[in-house]
Order: sequence, then structure tokens, then C-alpha cells
Amino acid sequence: MPLLHVEQLTHYFGGLRAVSDFNLDLHEGEVVGLIGPNGAGKTTVFNLITGVYRPTRGRIQLDGKDLVGMQSCDIVSMGIARTFQTIRLFRELSVLDNVRIGHFSQARYSVGAALFRSGPFRRQEERVRERAYELLETFNLSRYASSPAKALPYGEQRRLEIARALASNPKILLLDEPAAGMNPNEIDRLLETIAWLKDRFGLTIFLIEHQMRVVMGICERILVLDFGETIAEGTPDEIRTNPRVLEAYLGKEAS
Amino acid sequence: MHSDVLKSKRTLLLIAAGLALSFLVERSGLVSSYVLQILMYVGINIILTLSLNLVNGYMGEFSVGHAGFMAVGAYMASIVTVWVFRNSLGWLAFPVAILAGGAAAAGTSLIVAIPSFRTRGDYLAIVTLAFNMIVKSLLENIEALGGPRGFLGMNRLTNLVWVYVWCAITIYIIRNFVYSNYGRAMLSIREDEVASNLVSVNTRQTKVLVFVISAFFAGVAGALFAHLVQFINPRTFSIQKSTDILVMVYLGGIGSIFGSILGATVYTVLLELLRPLGVWRWVVGPLMLVVLMITRPTGIMGLREFLGFVPREERAERRKEGTAIAAASR
Repeated sequence: MPLLHVEQLTHYFGGLRAVSDFNLDLHEGEVVGLIGPNGAGKTTVFNLITGVYRPTRGRIQLDGKDLVGMQSCDIVSMGIARTFQTIRLFRELSVLDNVRIGHFSQARYSVGAALFRSGPFRRQEERVRERAYELLETFNLSRYASSPAKALPYGEQRRLEIARALASNPKILLLDEPAAGMNPNEIDRLLETIAWLKDRFGLTIFLIEHQMRVVMGICERILVLDFGETIAEGTPDEIRTNPRVLEAYLGKEAS
Repeated sequence: MHSDVLKSKRTLLLIAAGLALSFLVERSGLVSSYVLQILMYVGINIILTLSLNLVNGYMGEFSVGHAGFMAVGAYMASIVTVWVFRNSLGWLAFPVAILAGGAAAAGTSLIVAIPSFRTRGDYLAIVTLAFNMIVKSLLENIEALGGPRGFLGMNRLTNLVWVYVWCAITIYIIRNFVYSNYGRAMLSIREDEVASNLVSVNTRQTKVLVFVISAFFAGVAGALFAHLVQFINPRTFSIQKSTDILVMVYLGGIGSIFGSILGATVYTVLLELLRPLGVWRWVVGPLMLVVLMITRPTGIMGLREFLGFVPREERAERRKEGTAIAAASR
């Protein structure tokens, strides 16, 4: 059984069909890429999976459980975390707090316990702090723990966003253009990071990318969207030579 | 560890000393009854400012009808002392009345919160504004509560000691809330609500929770106020009053306990000093709000906190802040 099963996912914005009949089976441990020209509906697919929009039609299942109609926060708690195309950190809050907020669904104490700082409250807060520091340590960010997120250099902000996403203990990580704004050197490092993430956290990764070298370098399977339609699906090599893809997307680069 | 125990003992000692001082000032006649009255207004305004700061400062929403919740608390507490206890039991009945006032305000806020937080953005301002007006005109039209003439018959149960105790409780509870999982969720809503929801924060629940806690303390402030002036009428809880609370929040500083105390104190004393201006002093509040919004929208202490109001476990990180930022922008 696939970890994530998406079937005939269709979404309209008013009269505009942003995504139509999108199908995806994501198996445990896979790295799958979603590519396509600007405005092809890639981010919309992410927004549909994470419950930002409710799809007009279609089905999304995680481990056989239906996700359509659930609130984003519940979907994330069930195991689908994501990052954003443009960095969306809590800019004024500390790096530590950014990651601790990612742990929101894991601190299970009541409001009353929080208001009177009870024993269980203190113990769980301590655990959340430890886990947050561990994550920061893993991402080499712990020395920034008390700085506001906005003070970090760009690359570190990207890493913090991933650390924050991992705080919710996801099974699947959705990366929305992780290489945006990076130079070739940084992209190489990113590719290493993604491969390492996958092993270290046992993740299944679904990523959107604009730059061909990123998807070609890391994805086992690639889906290509154009005007909301899936025009191709296959291994990087198949995609590279697919005439429809070349026409819609690579064509410009190849010429 | 040893020094931690010592420090927490020192905090308790400080709180106890404050309590003793408030008792002394109240009973000894060291200050005139006028000054005593102003001190109590300051305390009540601190509670109001802290409670509104939760919603507007920490959470970044814009609620503008806080006096509506204060009114609910004031009337409810007065009903409890005058009708239920029939002014018997004296100060023993007072905590019950105050809690009833807070609970009534909290309950009312639930009715406002659930529909208005289904939408995003500016709607809360419109809904709370309408709420303030509705409460006022409802009270004006309920004959049993005195209608526009107001409600009276309360004993003067509020004194400086009570005000001090409730200020301390408010500060303690709000501090604990801010530095908890729920508090961090509240801050993340201010920073980026969509992202917050997408990193597992239940934003809808958090918003309602914050709003209810905020209204509870507004109700408590209303209860203390009613038993200080011993006469409340709907006009007291108009938009004017709500504006005053907004000014205190944005003057002292959003997202800051110390800022709230500062804002409430400065503004209350300032308005007293401006008494000779007559009606014109009511221009000061709205004018200050406009000037503040343009020149320093986060207020004196905006988003900063006096370390004394930060729980010990959280302090270590805050101290390092300066050096770490320097390191980050190396």
C-alpha cells in the first residue's frame, strides 16, 4: 500500500482549473519530484495535500486514512510536513521558538497545567526544549538558538524551515522549491542534505523544483505538470527524453 | 539549583512585600483617598491592558471593543453581590462575584469568537466594535438592570489589597500562558497564521482560547471597577473606554507585560493630571493613539520584556540574544 495515495485530484479557482485529475502514489522511502513551468499548479497540489485548499474533487489518503476536509494542523500532525516556496519563518521569534512551535502537537498538557506551571507542564516543556535543541544541533543551528529568525543568513533560514517542519515528526516531507535562490555550490550542498535527511529521519520526500539539475540529481521518479494536467511521469531519463515534456518545459532550455 | 531556590524565594518575598505595602497604604491613611483611588484605577487598568495585549499585542489580531467585556463582568459581579448575596457576607462574597464576572465575560467572548474567527483579518475589529455597541444598547434597554440610569447598590468592596492581588494573579497567569506551548502558538499566529497552521498549530482553537482568557480578565477588571465606584451605567463602557484601553496597550508596548504595566500607569496618571483641561482631555487618548500608530506602532516596550517577567527556564536564551545576533550577522 502506498504511504500517500492521491486520486483524481482536481481543483478550480473560480472558473479556472488549476489542477486536474492529478494522481500520485508515494511509497515509503521514495524521493519524487514535481516539475513544470510557472503557473502549472505545482504549489496548488501541495496546498491541496496539506489542506490549505479543499479540493473540488478527488481523494487524498495517508496510510489509508482520508485527508480531504481535515484542517491543515491535523494533517501535519498525522505526518505530512512542508516548507514554502518563499521562506515563511516566524521572523520576530527566536530560532529555538520557531522549532518549538513545530512541536506544538507533541506537548500534551492542558491549558490549566500551562496556566499554573504544573509538574507535567514542566517535564513536557523540558522535553520539547531538549528535542528542539537536538534538531538545531543536527542542522548546525544551535548557536543561533536565541537570535530572531530574521537575523539568520538566507541559507540558514532555509535550513531552519526544514528543521521546523521536521519537529512535527513527519513521515512525508513536502519541499516547495528548496533550491530557490541558491547558487550551484549551494545546490550541491542541498542535494547532499536531502539525501542525508531521507536516511537520517526515514523520510519520504515529495519536492517541487524549477531547476532541472536538482530533480534529475535526486529524484527516483518525476511527475510533470503543465496547465494543471499531468503530461508525463517516469524516471529522470524518461522525462529527459519525453517529447511532450521537452515541448512544454525543457524545450526552451534545449533550443 | 541552590541559587534557584533562593531566587524563587526572593520572588515570593517581593510579592508578599507588595501585598503588605498595599495593605499598609490602604489602612494607614498615608495617602489621601484621592490618591488611593487613582492607585486603584491604575491597577484595574493594568489588568485591562494586559488582557487586551494578549489579543492585540501577542496574537496580532485587532480587537477594539474590550469595554464590552468589562461591562459584562461589571454587571454580572454587581448582580451577584447585590441580588444573590444581598450585600451580605461582605468581602467573603467578593471573590465569588469577581470570578462570576470574569466567567460571564469569558462566556460572552465565546459567542463573539467562534463566528468571527472563522474568517481572517479585519473582521474581528468590526465584530468587536459591533459587540461593544450591542452590549451598551442592551444594557440601556434592560429596565431590570436600571436601563440608561445604571445599576447601583454595591458596597465598596474593592480596596487596594484586592486590586493588588488581582493584578498579581493576572500577571502570573498571563506570563505562564505566554511562555507555554499555547503562548508560542499565539505568537506564531501574529507572525504568520498560514505557516503556523501548517506546522501543526491548531490556530482556530488557539485564537478562541486567547480571546476567552483575555475576556475573562476584562471581566475581572469590570467587577473590581463596579465595586470601586459603586455605580455603573452603560455609558461608562462605551467605545471611549475601549479606546482608552487600546491607547494603554500601544503606548506601553505590544507583546510585553512590563509594557502593559507602564502604559496603564502612565496613561492613567496623565489623564488625572490633565483634569483641568475639562472635556478636552478626552481628546488626548484618541490623539495619542493616532500619533503612536504613526511614530512608534509597537509602543515603548514593543515586543521586549523586562527579564523579571520571564520564567527562569526561558531567561538563559534571552540573555544570550545580543551576542548571538552579532554572531549571526558576522
